[in-house]
Amino acid sequence: MTKIWQFALFLWLTVVIILAFLWAPLAEGLGEYTRIIYFHVPAAWLTVLSFLLGAIYSIIYIKKREIKFDLYAESASQIGLVFCLLATVTGSIWAKVSWGSFWNWDPRETSIFILLLIYAAYFALRSAIEQEERKAALAAVYSLFAFVSVPFFVFIVPRIYSSLHPDPIVNPEGRINMDSKMLTTFISSLFGFTLFFIWIFKRKIDLIGLKLNLKKMEL
Amino acid sequence: MQLVLKAWFIFQKDLKQEFKTRYSINAILLFAIVTLVTVSFSIGTFAASAEIKSSLLWIILFFAAMSGLAHIFVREEEKHTADTLKLVAQPMSIFLGKFLFNFILLIVLEIITLPLFFAVMNFSVEGVTVLLSVLLIGSIGLSAGATMIAAIIAKASAKGALFTVLSFPILLPVLIAGISGTKIAVYESTFKAAGAELQMLFAYAVVVITAALLLFDFVWKE
Repeated sequence: MTKIWQFALFLWLTVVIILAFLWAPLAEGLGEYTRIIYFHVPAAWLTVLSFLLGAIYSIIYIKKREIKFDLYAESASQIGLVFCLLATVTGSIWAKVSWGSFWNWDPRETSIFILLLIYAAYFALRSAIEQEERKAALAAVYSLFAFVSVPFFVFIVPRIYSSLHPDPIVNPEGRINMDSKMLTTFISSLFGFTLFFIWIFKRKIDLIGLKLNLKKMEL
Repeated sequence: MQLVLKAWFIFQKDLKQEFKTRYSINAILLFAIVTLVTVSFSIGTFAASAEIKSSLLWIILFFAAMSGLAHIFVREEEKHTADTLKLVAQPMSIFLGKFLFNFILLIVLEIITLPLFFAVMNFSVEGVTVLLSVLLIGSIGLSAGATMIAAIIAKASAKGALFTVLSFPILLPVLIAGISGTKIAVYESTFKAAGAELQMLFAYAVVVITAALLLFDFVWKE
């Protein structure tokens, strides 16, 4: 059964890529670089989702103290780190094309970079502690502590300082309407990548389950 | 009330310890002075704009804080007094006491470094009260965040580097608002002008202290 879903997901993403490169129209001024939207925004969305998931599992770990929740939080952060890197790089390419330079410390750029630093710091912390329970507890606390400072970047700083970034929530183009073909491709991409994330995360959870079972058997 | 009283005792204990050895204040002060001198020297005879000088001030303060604010917990671990401390007071009192100590340490640093900065860097501001408010409220947030992270890394290895790496993303809102507020203070002398920055710093301080008080239990207890 899962094989069918897996194949369906594969097909969906293949279609999204084809749509992105062959079917969707180009925006004025950006030319071929328009296509970045279909991958940059999902990547940014997924990194935020992973961050949220990591924070949620951190809370659950602190409440229940079962090591598997800490490992789930770690897995979410691993996936988040990869997508954060992708979002930063694709965003940087887009910035070069749209505004002339790879990096400008625009509030949105800063916030994605901060997220990258938070992920990196999370893993640096984890690798610096030997004992498993201490590692899990401290990593969970850091994850939550970092989580409370993120709203400042995402919501408050852009309100105070003018941003180069076009309105990132409604439309990445700065126009009120997105062409219907673009919108279709965009939403499909977002949806497809979210499913992709769920699939990868589920695989990681299964792997963690197996590892913990193996440990139990060894004992 | 017991909570605050205990926190006050812990603060006094750390203060007395600090007077005896002067370890933290020396480290933090020398670091700030060295950084200031390096900055001034490397700029040399060139005129740096007021915006750049504002940024440099906060860089000096941030890195000095990174060098000196972790001692409060690391020292407890090294001298093996952490376990006794756990028996003596509740986690909230411990956090409040340590936070107050770090805050006072940072303020003392700023009292000494700021006039030096004004003099050496030829920095002048229109709104001195604005600048002082920005620094004061910014220091509350900075020391609260740093105290929390110090508690987290106290039991880890590679403490020094890890402290800065962990603190930077968390403390960045303070840097952003602080630098911006300082830039505004150079030109304006009304509080209204720096209103947004002051509000953000205040909000940040409240959020960080609340989050730290809620989470400190889990860091402190085994």
